[in-house]
Amino acid sequence: MTNADTNDGFVVFDRVQKSYDGEILVVKDLNLSIGKGEFLTMLGPSGSGKTTCLMMLAGFETATHGDILLGGQPINNIPPHKRGIGMVFQNYALFPHMTVGENLSFPLEVRKLNKSDREAKVKRALDMVQMGDFINRRPAQMSGGQQQRIALARALVFEPELVLMDEPLGALDKQLREHMQFEITRLAHNLGITTVYVTHDQTEALTMSDRVAVFDDGRIQQLDPPDVLYEEPKNSFVAQFIGENNTLQGVVKEVKGETCIIELDDGEIIDAKPVNVSEVGQRTQVSIRPERVEYNKERLQEGAHTLKAEVLEFIYMGDIFRTRLKVAGNEDFIIKTRNAPDQEKLKPGQMIEIGWMPEDCRALDA
Amino acid sequence: MSDATQDGPVLAADGRPLKASLRSALRRQKMRALLLIAPLLIFVLITFIAPIADMLFRSVENGIVSDTLPRTVVALDDWDYGSGEVPDEPVFEALFVDMYDASERKIHTRLGSRLNYEVTGVSSLFRQAGREMEDIGEIYEDQFDALDENWTQGEFWAQFMGDPDWYSEAAGAEDPGPTFVMKEGMDELLPLTAEAYQMFATFAQEEDEDNVATEDPWALVHARLYQDLTAGAGEGYDGFGAEELAAAREAVGDFESTTYKEAFLNVDEDWADLEIWGTIKAYSPNYTPGYFLKAVDAQLTPHGVEAQPDDQAVYVKLFGRTVWMSLTITFMTILLGYPVAFLLAQLPMRQSSMLMILVLLPFWTSLLVRTSAWKVLLQQQGVINDLLVWAGIINDAGRLVMINNQLGTIIAMTHILLPFMILPLYSVMATIPPTYVRAAKSLGATNVTAFRRVYFPQSVPGIGAGSILVFILAIGYYITPALVGGTDGIFISNRIAYHISSSLNWGLAAALGSILLAAVLILYWAYDRIVGIDNVKLG
Repeated sequence: MTNADTNDGFVVFDRVQKSYDGEILVVKDLNLSIGKGEFLTMLGPSGSGKTTCLMMLAGFETATHGDILLGGQPINNIPPHKRGIGMVFQNYALFPHMTVGENLSFPLEVRKLNKSDREAKVKRALDMVQMGDFINRRPAQMSGGQQQRIALARALVFEPELVLMDEPLGALDKQLREHMQFEITRLAHNLGITTVYVTHDQTEALTMSDRVAVFDDGRIQQLDPPDVLYEEPKNSFVAQFIGENNTLQGVVKEVKGETCIIELDDGEIIDAKPVNVSEVGQRTQVSIRPERVEYNKERLQEGAHTLKAEVLEFIYMGDIFRTRLKVAGNEDFIIKTRNAPDQEKLKPGQMIEIGWMPEDCRALDA
Repeated sequence: MSDATQDGPVLAADGRPLKASLRSALRRQKMRALLLIAPLLIFVLITFIAPIADMLFRSVENGIVSDTLPRTVVALDDWDYGSGEVPDEPVFEALFVDMYDASERKIHTRLGSRLNYEVTGVSSLFRQAGREMEDIGEIYEDQFDALDENWTQGEFWAQFMGDPDWYSEAAGAEDPGPTFVMKEGMDELLPLTAEAYQMFATFAQEEDEDNVATEDPWALVHARLYQDLTAGAGEGYDGFGAEELAAAREAVGDFESTTYKEAFLNVDEDWADLEIWGTIKAYSPNYTPGYFLKAVDAQLTPHGVEAQPDDQAVYVKLFGRTVWMSLTITFMTILLGYPVAFLLAQLPMRQSSMLMILVLLPFWTSLLVRTSAWKVLLQQQGVINDLLVWAGIINDAGRLVMINNQLGTIIAMTHILLPFMILPLYSVMATIPPTYVRAAKSLGATNVTAFRRVYFPQSVPGIGAGSILVFILAIGYYITPALVGGTDGIFISNRIAYHISSSLNWGLAAALGSILLAAVLILYWAYDRIVGIDNVKLG
């Protein structure tokens, strides 16, 4: 795994701002360094500025302020066709009037490669995505997944060092999407190319990336490897956006080093890990992942605070059980338990006590 | 599902076959739809489709020859133009009968002008012959009159030829009296006379609205009676006028007579002209390719199909010019319209709607006004010439001739038809996602290459759609060429209009129109095959 800190930054956004109308900043002060060979995902809801960042990198939008550097060189004034960046578009953008072979040959033709080189490269790129037999097809004669592979091959055929992908799997069904996620990461790592991937699908971001930049409101909210992002969200937006999450509202009662005591709004007391709260009396939103909630007292720490919970709903999902509880006035408190032989199946109406390790319960901004 | 397991047709819940059930359910819907369009459909059928069909039918319809000269046409069957001889007496005899009837009905001049399209001089020949027919008949009328005055008396003839019951009813009746009924056996006794008298009776009653019982018959009847009697007919008659008939049978042997051929040649030497007879024969069928041949500068002559002499060959040249100028106009609209459509497709919504209104503005102005405006702009003392003179680019003597020629037509029509190019172009361009050009650029193509290799090929259906639309409209355009085209800037449609309203040669106009319609339909069909007509959208 590569990291921006250990690399000099192959792609660097330096204090980049973007506004379309001169009134609203779509991208507010973006600083980002992407290492060579890294797979970085820009994740965020629509309107968060992630696609604008990608378009600025590709050269289709100009930064209102700040520099974008590629391989140490500022590229603000370089037109898109001279940047040498491969790009995969949301709807593939395969040229409908050209065959697959012609589509792949296009970037090589404009680079004035001779015919035999072109043919060899096209063949290699197609083999790379296992689409060698489709060279004479037209895009309209192929399924979405096949078109996706061709679009990928076309973005790679001229051997760019940087590939941008703008929600490339958005139009595929779930199974194909999962397969292509694997395919894309495999190719990216095998070829050692730097990839910037834009998506609003957090599963995609977690499974594919070396690092994920979570965008919201024109800013990067958190930039971390997937596991850190999931387990240690730095603010409540990230906690909410990545994975499923239970939240409880309260006030900080006591802070002692790595743990703190929170008094919930209905007066109950819980343990939590202070993340961005520091003072007693501060309002906070605590976040607990459903799979980290325990209701078997034996597994809880000595002296841990517990909460009373009423089982509202029990959903059998095969590999896991999903139980909806009423906890501290919150009727949407979800817990997930593994379907193990000794696992107790809770019944609606049952009263239980729940608790968690203090480090799994993160006290975030309210 | 469960229906599929049954054998036989699928049944609806009430046990009827599902198909029948569906049909009856849809019938009401269809009837409703039909009722909704019925007023327009009927309107269009009556005022548009039917007249057009009738008009197109005129391009081949040629009943006038066989309607006006039915006997002559039959008699000419045995005659061959190739023999090089003027037809014989039977043909002239038939012509006499036909011509006599036609001249009484005053329809011989109509045929004369029709055949005059093919051979000049026929018109006056026919008009003259029509006047002389009665004189030929009177040779016999006078001799029968001299023999017995009864032969020129209407009442005598009516009793002689008519059925007694009819006569008793008709005598003293008010005009036109009861419909004439021939006495039984008369058409066998005196076949030619009976035929001629029937012609006379029908004419007298239907056209003149006279009572046949008192009307003196045509001289034609006497000529035919002479013909019958000299052939030995009329024997063994014992009805009314038997005595007079017997006397006449005796007398006709000494009558002065003439052959019809001689008589016609006396009227005009041209009746011995082979071309005239050949033309009558060539145009005797009820349907003729003559108008279509005319429309392509050929002619149906007695010798077969021949090219028109060069000084009369105008239509092929005119068709050629129409096509050439329409192509030029189409090309000009592509040249001027493509950038505008491109801009329309690229601009943000607000500006693009504004520009679209400017494009559509000419549609809201009368065609006549736009064309007249071009007249003002383009004429030699017009705005453009004045400006050029004022700017010193041309001098006053060298004012440009930009109107009443092909240039004028091309300029004005390019302007008028431009929206028809821009709209389909725009509708195709609007569907080309901007990502294609972005993709091309990201792959290393310059703006020019991206346009040439990626954008332009995808806009070609728009060019096709616009071209076909503009070309079809241009090829049949009428008003603009008529106003600004002068003599060498007019289109085939102006010629069609001339034949419809001035020369009244509707058959030729219909033939020219049919050719134009066929050309457009073929184009339309070809376009539908190549591009698909669904691509023709107006905005």
